[in-house]
Amino acid sequence: MSGFISVRNVYFKYDENENGAEQGFALNGVDLEIKKGEFAAVVGHNGSGKSTLAKHFNSIYLPTTGDVIVDGMNTKDDDSLFDIRKKVGLVLQNPDNQIVAGIVEEDVAFGCENLGVPPKEIRKRVDEALKAVDMYEYRRHSPDKLSGGQKQRIAIAGILAMEPECIVLDEPTAMLDPRGREEVIDAVTKLNKERGMTVILITHYMEEAVLADRVIMIDSGKVFLDGTPREVFSKVELLKQHRLDVPQAAELNYKLRSCGLDLPECVLDENECAEALMKLLGSR
Amino acid sequence: MSVIKVEELKLIYGAGTPFQKTAIDGVSFEIEQGEFLGIIGHTGSGKSTLVQLLNGLLRPTEGKICLNGKDIWEKPKKIREVRFKVGMVFQYPEYQLFEETVYKDIAFGPKNMGLSDEEIDERVRKAASFTGLGDEYLQRSPFDLSGGEKRRAAIAGVVSMDPDVLILDEPTAGLDPLGRDALLSQIKTYHDVRKNTVILVSHSMEDIARITDRILVMNKGRKVMLDTAANVFSRGEELEKIGLRVPQITKIMMLLRQKGIPVDTSVLTVEQGFNEILSLARSSV
Ligand SMILES: Nc1ncnc2c1ncn2[C@@H]1O[C@H](COP(=O)(O)OP(=O)(O)OP(=O)(O)O)[C@@H](O)[C@H]1O
Ligand SMILES: Nc1ncnc2c1ncn2[C@@H]1O[C@H](COP(=O)(O)OP(=O)(O)OP(=O)(O)O)[C@@H](O)[C@H]1O
Ligand SMILES: [Mg+2]
Ligand SMILES: [Mg+2]
Repeated sequence: MSGFISVRNVYFKYDENENGAEQGFALNGVDLEIKKGEFAAVVGHNGSGKSTLAKHFNSIYLPTTGDVIVDGMNTKDDDSLFDIRKKVGLVLQNPDNQIVAGIVEEDVAFGCENLGVPPKEIRKRVDEALKAVDMYEYRRHSPDKLSGGQKQRIAIAGILAMEPECIVLDEPTAMLDPRGREEVIDAVTKLNKERGMTVILITHYMEEAVLADRVIMIDSGKVFLDGTPREVFSKVELLKQHRLDVPQAAELNYKLRSCGLDLPECVLDENECAEALMKLLGSR
Repeated sequence: MSVIKVEELKLIYGAGTPFQKTAIDGVSFEIEQGEFLGIIGHTGSGKSTLVQLLNGLLRPTEGKICLNGKDIWEKPKKIREVRFKVGMVFQYPEYQLFEETVYKDIAFGPKNMGLSDEEIDERVRKAASFTGLGDEYLQRSPFDLSGGEKRRAAIAGVVSMDPDVLILDEPTAGLDPLGRDALLSQIKTYHDVRKNTVILVSHSMEDIARITDRILVMNKGRKVMLDTAANVFSRGEELEKIGLRVPQITKIMMLLRQKGIPVDTSVLTVEQGFNEILSLARSSV
């Protein structure tokens, strides 16, 4: 499979602020290939450059040096801007900022309208997008009367209706209750598995990163680790040194294993952990 | 004596309009001086509304809130004093940043309290380092910070006022794991040293389990539980029904218990779980 998004030796520096304070590069030589149909999680400390990188995927930001290629198109090429935005949809870090209309279905239609999709087609896409995130019955509600988790799914539906090939979600679950988090993650997992949509999920919840096919860890504007969840989350000490963590299940397993107990190298969730412990304790 | 006492509290948004919404419905409880209280509940359960009632930002539709034995709405003109005593870090506090530098933002509260310049400077630096912002951040514009950095600046702005009751509404959402752990243990230290009362609202069951003495559980505007962390998280099925979960570590213990392994299911931290399993593994050799 070829790279759908290629990030090639990208450096990025924000303009100097008014106080003239000297700032380093927010991206510091990023090399990354995202394949079509992949579900990748991006983790990293605050200020590591995750949001800055996400905004490079659909040419909101352009590299200071280096290139970002989306399905063969360079994000620096003005003529490709429209096509790139159609292919890669970005749900920003804060959903409240993205709600624009007074009724849910109008809000979801907004992005499509900007793409110049004909009204009949918009109707169809909005209904489908709302069903995909299980919010169809709320189509006539007012977005600001919805709970945080519902608002978040509306923001996702708005991007889905644009029918992108890739959806990038920047911390979509930060303000949600445990069930709301599961609902959002289930919705994107379904899109990935059933429709083959490429998903890039930025998160600080390691329990969510575990569900991806691949975990990319950014540190100080660079890709620091890149592998399957099992590869990445077995490096407990290394992650901790870089301000990150592992799910509680992985941590418990790691600590017990370090004491010499016969346990697997890495477990990812409570079920795997309980199973491994059962084998250990039940056989005695 | 209880520092906060709430009686039959009720709050209706938009009373008398077609969009009327009862956000808090007949809630009563007491918080002891020096207690560390956690509040959990599904999104929209009324947590933010409740804490805004506690510091006098919202006025109850019915019921009473006493601070140190006195009804806070007895003299409505004095409500400002309540807000100095009960300091609140809002959910999404980054929207409250407005000054041109981080320094000025953190200094805003102490300045309003009429402190001297030296005192303000000391408080700003202490509050900034408390939240993990080094001196190099102080002259930057708050608008050019990352999401997590903005959060720290906003928390520092309330801590700098050193309130008797400190309320934090989702303070760690959006922080990286180390930042979250560091902030929580700094809040804990602050609580231990200052002996003040702290109220923490959070969607992270793991964090709440680890740090609080008691937990208030809200569901649809009502209080459904108020008990120790161990007791609350022993009621896993009830919590799941209202959109909540038990911490992953507690869940692991429960799964083992279901399969007949005699582990203590009131485990709330990885450390406790580790000790529990280790002693079990070693004793059965
Ligand atoms: N608009 C901006 N102007 C100047 N500097 C910025 C701006 N936005 C972010 N930065 C800086 O760029 C770096 C990377 O920020 P970015 O927002 O990409 O981090 P992040 O990994 O998304 O962090 P978080 O987990 O806190 O959201 C940080 O040091 C931040 O201070
Ligand atoms: N200003 C307002 N006007 C009308 N209704 C409101 C207002 N603010 C909140 N509500 C409603 O009151 C209820 C309680 O909201 P509140 O913000 O207290 O919930 P919460 O528990 O803090 O939720 P979250 O976890 O999402 O922050 C919700 O149904 C919400 O939609
Ligand atoms: Mg970010
Ligand atoms: Mg709230």
